[in-house]
Amino acid sequence: MKKFMLDLIIKKNEVLNDQYSLLILSSSEKLPEMLPGQFAEVRVDNSPTTFLRRPISINYVDYEANELWLLIQIVGDGTKKMCELKAGNTLNLVFPLGNTFTFPENKDAKILLVGGGVGIAPLLFWGSYLKERGYNCNFVLGGRSKENLLQLCEFERFGNVYTTTEDGSHGEKGFVTQHSLLKASNFDYIFTCGPTPMMKAVAAYATQTKAFCEVSLENTMACGFGACLCCVTDTTEGHLCVCTEGPVFNITKLKWQI
Amino acid sequence: MANLNINIGKLQLKNPVMTASGTFGYGPEFSDFFDVSRIGGIFVKGTTLRDRQGNAYPRMAETPSGMLNAVGLQNKGVDYFINHILPTVKDIDTNIIVNVSGSTINDYIETAEKLNSIEKIPAIELNISCPNVKEGGMAFGTSCLSAAQVVKEVRRAYQKELIVKLSPNVTDISEIALAVEAEGADSVSLINTLLGMAIDSEKRKPVLSTITGGLSGPAVKPIALRMVWQVANSVKIPVIGMGGIMNAADAIEFLLAGASAIQIGTANFIDPTVAIKVLDGINEYLDRHGFQSVTEIIGALEV
Ligand SMILES: Cc1cc2nc3c(=O)[nH]c(=O)nc-3n(C[C@H](O)[C@H](O)[C@H](O)COP(=O)(O)OP(=O)(O)OC[C@H]3O[C@@H](n4cnc5c(N)ncnc54)[C@H](O)[C@@H]3O)c2cc1C
Ligand SMILES: Cc1cc2nc3c(=O)[nH]c(=O)nc-3n(C[C@H](O)[C@H](O)[C@H](O)COP(=O)(O)O)c2cc1C
Ligand code: FES
Repeated sequence: MKKFMLDLIIKKNEVLNDQYSLLILSSSEKLPEMLPGQFAEVRVDNSPTTFLRRPISINYVDYEANELWLLIQIVGDGTKKMCELKAGNTLNLVFPLGNTFTFPENKDAKILLVGGGVGIAPLLFWGSYLKERGYNCNFVLGGRSKENLLQLCEFERFGNVYTTTEDGSHGEKGFVTQHSLLKASNFDYIFTCGPTPMMKAVAAYATQTKAFCEVSLENTMACGFGACLCCVTDTTEGHLCVCTEGPVFNITKLKWQI
Repeated sequence: MANLNINIGKLQLKNPVMTASGTFGYGPEFSDFFDVSRIGGIFVKGTTLRDRQGNAYPRMAETPSGMLNAVGLQNKGVDYFINHILPTVKDIDTNIIVNVSGSTINDYIETAEKLNSIEKIPAIELNISCPNVKEGGMAFGTSCLSAAQVVKEVRRAYQKELIVKLSPNVTDISEIALAVEAEGADSVSLINTLLGMAIDSEKRKPVLSTITGGLSGPAVKPIALRMVWQVANSVKIPVIGMGGIMNAADAIEFLLAGASAIQIGTANFIDPTVAIKVLDGINEYLDRHGFQSVTEIIGALEV
């Protein structure tokens, strides 16, 4: 898939709360094709302490409106400056990067998408893709508190949405892997993105229940397109770059202690 | 338009802009962004006799105006390079130069011998300056004696252009440059990364799995420039300069300091088209100042 470096225009910066923003980007030209799971390397121009680009998942693509969405959580100066951008500003992206999720073999497959915190970002695009192609999805989305649950209305367009919060402020109290849905049903396909301990717990559940399971990793990166070998994860095939061989990996390939 | 051709010993370059080892993959990684055949050369990832997995993750830490890396020469070995990677880059119409690393002198010799007969590879860059491996690497490049010894042995096994890449982690880099020149190096390239360190104070832990790593990017540029100037004033063989080059002005500074050509490293991560911008910028500079050839500005610093 051809990669581009483009200046996109901020159509809207939707401030979700003091920690998260949704950047809606557009371009005067037609956006290139992108796949769920892929990410962009974003240049942050107005932050003197941000030297390298920042990897950010493709949250959603609306080809008709020619829109690309990025969901950003503020963790440091790079993400803070991205969240301060205003409509009309430009943002330089290198994209689309990385691989994609695997399509389930049959349309009646029972599919579970589990997201934690800002890790829900790639799952919205993936959910929209699955829905468009006639699959039914269940989303279990978790966060520390209700402020960390994002885009719930968007997710509801693409499947059944269940939530958990650690403080019980929304949905079931506890971690995503403790949700009653996981006890009540079995799934054929599980896709997950979020903090590593959460993904490991989901991977353990998938292994126990013999489900096919893919996780999306967030290793720190310098380039994002296979040039530096900084982003590796240990796999059954040795060290592989998360930016080119991933970010999506089948759990059977990862050398995780779960 | 000025003439950009330049020779580094036996190596003919269509222009002095090249990309640094470990920062440009093997070339095809960048072909979506620009026609990589336009640049003077591509230095591919550090290549060793046998397959190396490199160091454990995390291998990278961002620093003020730069980064630390501790990749540790991950590569599939020279045979894999020759049999599987070379066929994929053979149509790139520029110099493909292999950066050769090793743990022992024998590793260097055997790897160089294997590359000597490969027509597509006009030169090797002997990496005696990698700070990220336990054995060999930088250990060879930080004493005149061991640097001279490895160059002497490889010189016997390798007939084409032999570039020796120097470490900045020394007291006097000119001494090392003179030592490798005396043993038959055709040219030198500098600088490799500077040994550095990053700490996560919240976790009270080092950021890198190897604790220390190699610093690159604009943070190192003044040091690199000083070293290129010192070495260019000491040796007679050509010097290839690098370290923190982000734009054409940076590159021109290295040429003025005495480098016959330059390599761009870390900047490729931030702007994958930077090499072409540097090339166009050098062209524009030469025209603006009325130079007919890039050779007129090499070492043209007025002091
Ligand atoms: C493939 C991929 C997709 C991503 N998608 C998104 C996304 O859609 N939305 C989003 O908000 N973030 C995403 N991230 C994480 C995002 O890249 C980092 O949060 C960002 O680089 C931090 O930059 P900063 O300058 O704000 O913080 P920094 O000042 O660089 O760091 C602040 C703190 O965050 C930690 N941190 C930095 N980078 C990472 C990382 N990659 N993973 C975990 N912790 C990190 C640092 O250790 C530090 O403690 C993604 C990362 C990857 C690799
Ligand atoms: C991620 C990374 C990997 C590198 N790998 C190698 C290598 O394999 N061999 C080598 O000689 N130098 C290696 N280097 C050093 C660069 O080739 C160059 O000497 C150095 O980065 C300084 O240039 P820069 O500041 O333009 O990056 C590496 C640098 C980086 C950042
Ligand atoms: S981030 Fe550079 S190879 Fe993955």
